Amino acid sequence: MTATDIDLVDYDEAIARFDPVLGIEVHVELGTATKMFDGAPNIFAAEPNTAITPTSLGLPGSLPVVNGAAVEYAIRIGLALNCSIAETCRFARKQYFYPDLTKNFQTSQYDEPIAYEGWVDVELEDGEIIRVEIERAHMEEDAGKNTHVGGATGRIHGATHSQVDYNRAGVPLVEIVTKPIPNTKGRAPEVAAAYVRTLRDIFRTLEVSEAKMERGNVRADINVSLRENAQAELGTRTETKNVNSFRSIERTVRFEISRQAGMLDAGQKIIQETRHFHEDTGGTSSGRPKSDAEDYRYFPEPDLVPVAPSREWVEEIRAGLPELPAARRRRLLGEWGFSDLEMRDVVNADALDLIEATVAAGAGAQSARKWWMGELARIAKDREVDIAALAITPAQVAELQGLVDGSKINDKIAKQVLTKVLDGKGDPAAIVESEGLAVVSDDSVLTGAVDQAIADNPDVVAKIQGGKVQAIGALIGPIMKATRGQADAGRVREIIMEKLGVS
Amino acid sequence: MPSIGRDDVARLADLARIQLTEEEIDRFAGEFDSIMDAVASVSEVASEDVPATSHPIALTNVFREDVVETTLTQEQALAGAPEAQDGRFAVPQILGEE
Repeated sequence: MTATDIDLVDYDEAIARFDPVLGIEVHVELGTATKMFDGAPNIFAAEPNTAITPTSLGLPGSLPVVNGAAVEYAIRIGLALNCSIAETCRFARKQYFYPDLTKNFQTSQYDEPIAYEGWVDVELEDGEIIRVEIERAHMEEDAGKNTHVGGATGRIHGATHSQVDYNRAGVPLVEIVTKPIPNTKGRAPEVAAAYVRTLRDIFRTLEVSEAKMERGNVRADINVSLRENAQAELGTRTETKNVNSFRSIERTVRFEISRQAGMLDAGQKIIQETRHFHEDTGGTSSGRPKSDAEDYRYFPEPDLVPVAPSREWVEEIRAGLPELPAARRRRLLGEWGFSDLEMRDVVNADALDLIEATVAAGAGAQSARKWWMGELARIAKDREVDIAALAITPAQVAELQGLVDGSKINDKIAKQVLTKVLDGKGDPAAIVESEGLAVVSDDSVLTGAVDQAIADNPDVVAKIQGGKVQAIGALIGPIMKATRGQADAGRVREIIMEKLGVS
Repeated sequence: MPSIGRDDVARLADLARIQLTEEEIDRFAGEFDSIMDAVASVSEVASEDVPATSHPIALTNVFREDVVETTLTQEQALAGAPEAQDGRFAVPQILGEE
């Protein structure tokens, strides 16, 4: 069954007639130095098949040994998601045949995950909070990377053969599985994306992963089902695999809701299957029928002994957890005095760290926000880069604002200085110094410019002396121009008033 | 104890990527039952108070330090590969899954 076989139902109409239920599985690659079960380095983009040991390749005689740091990271994730941590748990073999793992099984956890029964609060754009229940978080290993050769644009269909690089095989993963997420209605796409974003931010705060979506450090499988109403039994779900950006997650959920509504309208059954999202069309297509768990013939991994984290260890890890993103946002909201809307914009722009560092370097919170969310966000957008990737540090932004606050430069000049910093000309104060951009408040210079302006604009002078003091702006303009925008506008105004004998 | 029928044998063979003839399926379906019976005799001695064992040695928490060890070179890694290409293992066409 492909997308072209059925009529999609308009999204709003589908939502009006059906109740969507989500289920999300997130895989996060842990940022340990080595792999889950062997001492091969856990690195991205090395030469193919170099970050491997005999264990990564499952060679005969090689044996796995659990990476203690990976277990600690998994416990950190479990605790941050309000889960219980198992007193004892095992690894299990998940059997399947696919060349991305050489052993014909993936070492995972099955009936005894390390963490279970938790929850996380997800904040939506408008501030609404949705609590997502976590079923479990378990440890497993990542698989190698297949490159398909001979087909169109690297796709498996039409490929003549494939090439495998096992550098990623054995990289530690934690998979986090939600319980069914009900009652999201038309906000299902937004909830799905916001949930994954929330987890990503938590992973970064916990320092368990760089959590870069674009690198595949965080991958989401999106389950969607429809039912007639919120009281009905859950419908049959589809699972769209490896959706790797927030926008794609939203599009996947929207599309599946429209597609499944179309199938149900046509009297067809939803097939429980895995599906694939296509960035180009925004649609999903059928993958394979979902295997039943029994097809994987899980059994306890005989080469590994159980993991039994002591309660002391778990409490020690809990005590060492950093402040989590939601708590930090609430604290900073209070400290900075931003509005809820300003704060959400900052968070959505990934500017929180930058603003916090800028404030730490001495800038006022609102000034820091204006730079990062205003001029710098605009430049980043023009250059199509993340704001964090701009060639300016929070300390430089704070220094620039310090020059404005100290009346060394005005806002207009500050923007010019900003551009020069981004162009690699140096620090703000040094640029102002070397390029002579400081505000001119030297009366001898300003008086000459004022005299010239008065001489050039007799009609304006007449108006001011006739009582129209607001006309003074027409004199200040040419003076600013004559001083390349650097005149101290306040002092200029005073001098004009003195000269013309008005007050 | 449920009986293992022909369908179960065919399905297991398919999952394990083992090709069986019709005759073999018939034969294994019969043999499986006697294997199942033999295994079931364990439950005659294993009472409720005997915990399930997944590992013969009662050890837990055997961990490795998170320290990089010696790795294979690409040449070593590919030495046993039937075919290699561009520093990668070349594998036959993968069908039926994406």
